[in-house]
Amino acid sequence: MLTKVLYIDLSRYRYRIEDRKDLFEEWLGGTGVAVQLLKENMDPKVDAFDEESAIVFAVGPLNAAYPLASKTVAMFKSPLTGNLGESHAGGRTATSIANAGYGAIVITGKSRKPVYIVVDNDRVYFRDARVIWGIEDSLIVARIIAENEKGRGTRSVMRIGGAGEKLVRYACVTTETYRHFGRLGLGAVFGSKNVKALVVNGRSSRKIEDRKAYREVYDEIFKLATESDAMKKYHLLGTAVNVRPLNEKRGLPVMNLKTTSFEYAEELSGESLAEIIGRRIACSHCPVACIHIAALRLPYENEPYFYKTLMLSYDYELIYALGTMLGMRSKEDFLKVLYRVEAYALDAMTTGVCLAWATEALEKGIISEKETIVKLEFGNSDAYAKAVEYITHQPNEFYRILAQGVEKASEVYGGKEFALAFGGNEMPGYHTGYAAHIGYSIGLRHSHLDNAGYSVDQKIDSYPEPEDLVRKLMKEEQWRQILSSLVVCFFARGIYKPDIVCRALKPVGVEIEENELKELGERIYFEKLRLKKAMGFDAKKLRLPERIFETETPHGKLNREYIERALNYFARVVEEC
Amino acid sequence: MSEKKKIKRLVIKDIEKCVGCGMCMYACSRRKGEAGIDSSGILAVSLSGFERGATVIFCRACTEPPCAQVCPTGAMRAKEGGGVLYHETDCIGCGNCIEACTIGAIFRRRNGKPAVCVHCGYCADYCPHGVLAYEEVEPEAFSRVIV
Repeated sequence: MLTKVLYIDLSRYRYRIEDRKDLFEEWLGGTGVAVQLLKENMDPKVDAFDEESAIVFAVGPLNAAYPLASKTVAMFKSPLTGNLGESHAGGRTATSIANAGYGAIVITGKSRKPVYIVVDNDRVYFRDARVIWGIEDSLIVARIIAENEKGRGTRSVMRIGGAGEKLVRYACVTTETYRHFGRLGLGAVFGSKNVKALVVNGRSSRKIEDRKAYREVYDEIFKLATESDAMKKYHLLGTAVNVRPLNEKRGLPVMNLKTTSFEYAEELSGESLAEIIGRRIACSHCPVACIHIAALRLPYENEPYFYKTLMLSYDYELIYALGTMLGMRSKEDFLKVLYRVEAYALDAMTTGVCLAWATEALEKGIISEKETIVKLEFGNSDAYAKAVEYITHQPNEFYRILAQGVEKASEVYGGKEFALAFGGNEMPGYHTGYAAHIGYSIGLRHSHLDNAGYSVDQKIDSYPEPEDLVRKLMKEEQWRQILSSLVVCFFARGIYKPDIVCRALKPVGVEIEENELKELGERIYFEKLRLKKAMGFDAKKLRLPERIFETETPHGKLNREYIERALNYFARVVEEC
Repeated sequence: MSEKKKIKRLVIKDIEKCVGCGMCMYACSRRKGEAGIDSSGILAVSLSGFERGATVIFCRACTEPPCAQVCPTGAMRAKEGGGVLYHETDCIGCGNCIEACTIGAIFRRRNGKPAVCVHCGYCADYCPHGVLAYEEVEPEAFSRVIV
């Protein structure tokens, strides 16, 4: 089992390694352990940018042991919501941390000058980053670091771009070019600690006692991943396959959710983007290779026969946030804005929602071009590309506020009724019905992936009592605490069912029964909820933007009373826990 | 010439198809009873970042292997028909072989000793995208740049 925890103290440039068998035996790994480590290493009340705030990266018993166990959990105080921050990323993060021999890495303190941290198996180095601080393109940052450091093929380079340095509260941490600790502002926490990057290089193995059992269950998972339909969606068009059906069913948020069907949806569909796929890439130890990379060939502005080719990875959520929400009429326009978002390393979803809100606010005259500097209008990719730069550089008061998210911006300027955030986190791309919106609200990360309400909406014809729907969503979220403690990719949830999880755990030294596993999921969920409460979460204050009741869903217009009853019930659960 | 014995080798079918998943690396160590990559004789890498693609690096089974020539203890020995045999109990972990390989296809394990591909072909079954295969080849043919 991976039970070692690496503690890095940036204020004193020191590190230590401790065996925390106690934590991993009780809480498995990933989310389960990260909750405990965050509790231990920071006062829940401190500000996200305080020197005392901590960042935890955690992996679990299945990482580097089985395919599709390719995710790392990051836990921190979110500068966007002021509450619990948790985001998951793939790439090589998880296998590098596991192969370096760690179950978790805890970063505390604040460096006096810019540094990047290199974890090379059991050694930690603090590298001078003064020269690369200010390089805003996260891809360039990674290239420089990659040339300086060893570990080609076995390292992960988790870095920030300009947005993280400038403390945009939804800056992300990018890794292996195409994967992100996207949501809730981990990049800004890196920036506040003067950390440009965390490099983890790991090359080791864990000895397996029962080789035969290990290989058998490994092969079973491998076959399910490559031969069954379990991963087909991700293997084929990827999540972008959602654009067409959501548009047809009218669940696709368009132009700040003023509508749910879009004239140009076909142009932004997975089928359309597939025409320009230049490459596919995989996370480490995953045969699916769900990372779809579009090749955007662009001419030089003033020189004929000169071209550059940008390689940009896309997924449904990006198409939603920077495509349909901004009214983009061509995939090229969408990709041009995405390119800027990737370079500065911003969370694409929050950026898109913020810009969509700003566009509507400008349309309605709540703000003027004095604030926005460029004329934001749906479909205008040049204006949005410029605005992404302004969010990063914050040249005026308006962009300083917009860099804090749509909740804050609408508090200052108005337009709350169309400011699409839940629990302070900007809305994901599903206006599919009650379960989606209740799911965003009650999800402990306010993410669609917490409890997959959007999926419930697409499967049911009629809704149960709101209290029952909340219980159903909570149950799903509780099981997902196990998936994110193992840590497997949520896309592989169709493979990692309780039975196979128990069998996969055995050869790596974890004996647990299915019912115990489910109980553990519930316990982790409530531990996380209690931490969230300690950080100031008040379910009674959850705000529902008026817009979600105005725009038709596939289930018709939503009834406020139903959602309020659901949230009241959830508030009681929170109060009692 | 035609009487020469054919040898089974791990070969590249189409390197441009590599997605960098590293399933081959994990297979290699798993064969030795490990979860991880410590003993892997194959490495999946990106090409200056994943936007430029990915590739795998492993032993080409040279007929005159420099790694064997620089081994002071005879732990790394040239194999008839190309490639090497590695005897761990003779190895002092000097790392000469790692330095000597022109394509960087010998890897240092945590204990300082090398990991090298012995062309068993186990990993090829786990390559999901048709990059690797385990096939009979003519030794001379295998030494050419493009197989």
